[in-house]
Amino acid sequence: MRVEMFTFLLAGAICLGGALGVVLLKNPVHNALSLVATLFGVAVLFVNQGAYFLAAIQVIVYAGAIVILFLFVIMLLGVDRETDEGREPLVAQRPLAVATGLAILGLSLVALLSAGQRATGDKADLAPLNQPGPDINHLAEVLFTRYVYAFEITAVLLTVAVVGAVVLSKRTNEPLIDLDEFPEGTVVDVRRRADDAKAQDEVDADAEVVAVPDTEGDPQEGGDD
Amino acid sequence: MTAVWLIPALPLLGFVTLVVLGRKFGDPGAGIFAACMVGLSFLGTLGVFAHLLSLPHEERAISQTLFTWISSGSFKVSIGFLADPLSITMCLFITGIGALIHIYSVGYMKGDPKFSKFFVYLNLFVASMLLLVLGDNLLLTFLGWEGVGACSYLLISFWFTDPKNASAGKKAFVTNRVGDFGFMLATFLVWVTLGTVNYEQIRPLAPGLAAGTATAIALLFFLGATGKSAQLPLFVWLPDAMAGPTPVSALIHAATMVTAGVYLLTRLSPIMAEAGWANDVVAWVGALTALVAACAAIAQNDIKKVLAYSTVSQLGYMFLAVGTQSYVAAVFHMITHASFKALLFLGSGSVIHAMAHEQDMRKYGNLRKYLPITYATFMVGWLAIAGIPPLSGFWSKDEILAGVFNAKTFGNLALWVIGMAVALLTAFYMTRQVIMTFFGEEKWRHAEVDAHGHELHADEEDAVDDHDHHHLTPDHTPHESPISMTLPLVVLAGAAAVAGLLNLPFGDPLKFLEHWLEPTIVGEHELPPGWVQALLSLAAVAVAVIGILGARAVYFQKKVDPAKIEKPVFAHAWYIDETYAKFMGGPGETAFEDVAQFDQKIVDGAVNGIAGGTVGLGNRLKGLQTGLVRTYGLGMAIGAVALLAYVVTRIGG
Amino acid sequence: MFTLTETWYLVLAALIFSIGAVGLLVRRNVLVMFMCVELMLNAVNLTFVSFSTALDDLGGQTAVFFVLVVAAAEVVVGLGIIVAIMRRRQSADVDDISLMRG
Repeated sequence: MRVEMFTFLLAGAICLGGALGVVLLKNPVHNALSLVATLFGVAVLFVNQGAYFLAAIQVIVYAGAIVILFLFVIMLLGVDRETDEGREPLVAQRPLAVATGLAILGLSLVALLSAGQRATGDKADLAPLNQPGPDINHLAEVLFTRYVYAFEITAVLLTVAVVGAVVLSKRTNEPLIDLDEFPEGTVVDVRRRADDAKAQDEVDADAEVVAVPDTEGDPQEGGDD
Repeated sequence: MTAVWLIPALPLLGFVTLVVLGRKFGDPGAGIFAACMVGLSFLGTLGVFAHLLSLPHEERAISQTLFTWISSGSFKVSIGFLADPLSITMCLFITGIGALIHIYSVGYMKGDPKFSKFFVYLNLFVASMLLLVLGDNLLLTFLGWEGVGACSYLLISFWFTDPKNASAGKKAFVTNRVGDFGFMLATFLVWVTLGTVNYEQIRPLAPGLAAGTATAIALLFFLGATGKSAQLPLFVWLPDAMAGPTPVSALIHAATMVTAGVYLLTRLSPIMAEAGWANDVVAWVGALTALVAACAAIAQNDIKKVLAYSTVSQLGYMFLAVGTQSYVAAVFHMITHASFKALLFLGSGSVIHAMAHEQDMRKYGNLRKYLPITYATFMVGWLAIAGIPPLSGFWSKDEILAGVFNAKTFGNLALWVIGMAVALLTAFYMTRQVIMTFFGEEKWRHAEVDAHGHELHADEEDAVDDHDHHHLTPDHTPHESPISMTLPLVVLAGAAAVAGLLNLPFGDPLKFLEHWLEPTIVGEHELPPGWVQALLSLAAVAVAVIGILGARAVYFQKKVDPAKIEKPVFAHAWYIDETYAKFMGGPGETAFEDVAQFDQKIVDGAVNGIAGGTVGLGNRLKGLQTGLVRTYGLGMAIGAVALLAYVVTRIGG
Repeated sequence: MFTLTETWYLVLAALIFSIGAVGLLVRRNVLVMFMCVELMLNAVNLTFVSFSTALDDLGGQTAVFFVLVVAAAEVVVGLGIIVAIMRRRQSADVDDISLMRG
């Protein structure tokens, strides 16, 4: 019992630390690594509760595949530097977000701690946990009998997801947006043109000539890569 | 011989063919073709008639559904025809008299630049009229109803280069629209209450109607009928409709279209039977119309206007019969009136034709010398309408009056007295017309009666100039019309003379029409006992003779100054038309402008306001749609919190 | 008091979930937002396993299995979208993607 308590406290601390790291660190690589910590902590907690198979796939799928995928994308896109998120452009977004988070936490705790009986009600009788043999056998038995349709549908879902990912990341030469409808291009284009104009102004300021930036210049400039 | 659909299809085929090829057929080819189509339709009607006769008495109804016209939810209307005694009777005289008038028109319209177009309209009219009577539901009847209205408009303003003719057409159309409004509302009401617009389905359902609903339906249909059949208060269009060519006046405004209202109410006799006091309204409106129009007729100088007012007056008789539940008498009078009034109109057309399109009777006189056939046939028509036995008008009018005398209608004796007064006036004005036209001096030879005759009656300005070529010179010699015009006159004269045989009041076996129509009509009326009927008939004949002798004294023997009888108030038909004009021009116009304003500001304003408000609201709300994912996320989170809070409070409770 | 019941696990899961939610709403980097979603999913998984243990029932673990699969699919598609967007925009800021504004 003491061992389990100790394990819980340690893994819980790692989980919380990792979670806070994901939210608070500025470098996406650090965020991803913090996420790994949380995932590991959760895996340990699974072991602590006897869900060995789930702990294994938690490590293999999450830490091994998903987080690696994240890191892959980060490296691929070259965004592995610190992003400046100090200035919040949306008024009241941060306080409201924190308030909402606290409200969710508070309400959940109230529900958990004050409920005289369990929130989920009575025991379901799918299959008991404490059977002889490894738990993966019992899980497989349920998955391939009672949940066989759901299982097959998730298989289809995975296939569709793979196809979708391939289609999405295919390179195309078409402009991203309809330039007839948005002649100014995307937000990025507008911002870039404004920056260019500003830079141009600074250059021209010496010659005391105010140049009119050619905003109509090349709307496709930012649309292509 | 059950191809009922052929009856309206043949004139329709004629219409379509003439629209395309009319000019190629030319004059008189187009007219002959059109007449043949209507003639064939008449033969088809005869075939169906014979087939009906061969059936047992109670089964004499052929219902033929061609295809579904409208199917919307439980609302189903089919293109179907119902050939039963009533509709086939109507068809017989529509196609029969229609064919004669077509033949007549070939002669009358000779040389007109729009010769073929005239027959296009005429054929379309006959097709619409047949659709009206043969349609097995109210909607199809309404289609024909509107069709004849449109044709009437086209034909009244046939010579539309004269603005007077064009406005007469418009007047007819607009006045009829007022009535059509009633027809439509009544149809809606029938649909809502009975769930069908098919006549054969209405018939068994009608007794289940609430008295109030039936009364409302009947009154609304009667409003439609007052428009189409020129009754008070909507009769004003008919006298003006005389601007059209004379065959049109004969076909549309005497023989067929104007009887549509009578047909409609007769067809709906199952509803009328439940309608309570609506019948009294019909009877009284009919009687008053008859009186008003008969008074107006004695002071007209235009030969066709006399006949126009006479038509209004005779239609009043028919409604009087309908209102007293004497449907058989109404249909009887419709038939006899169709024959003798068509005869009179065509006769007057012959006169007008002979007198270089002069219509003012004050310039006629002694025409019997020049137009022997027209004169002889006109005499038959005159005696028939005046009610002299044994000609047809006497029998039908007599049956109506006998029915009124014994009816349970409110104030039936007063109605009877009005009817007798109208009979007197009818005999009077018809005799006046005959004397002015065919007897006396040859007035057009007097130079002092100038082309416009203003000095005779300063108030008389409404002599309708039929044609633009209008030069009646003192040395004019009238000539009899061609055979194509006189032949129909002779045939119609024969019909007008013997049509009374259809329903003689001497015992049941002789009442052919009554037996024939019995399965179709719902409605009971009792005729007075035989000796009362005989007395009434004697009275009617006496009244007619008094009317004739009176007119003879005034216009032939000249014992009384005509001006004393032809009061301006009669010449202007009690100023009803003028009152409408004044009202519509003054307060009416302002009222309509207010309505238009209301429509633009309030009704349109509400619609536009809702649209504008929605746009404005959308413009405000679109600010919420920031396109920023995190804003949406925050919204979702707040929603989740709300849900969670709800669940937690539920658990706590 | 110091007995390890499922309540401890549930409280921990609630904490992780709230942190993830706040992160999702506060961070502007699309990738980090995705990670926050993963945090929330893991918190939910933890509750499933806890209830499964507490109720001695395999159902909770089965649910975790499906959540894992769906999360994997979601990450694949999501990262595909992110790659597609970032290739055209050179920006990982979610606020730049606002073409759907009214």
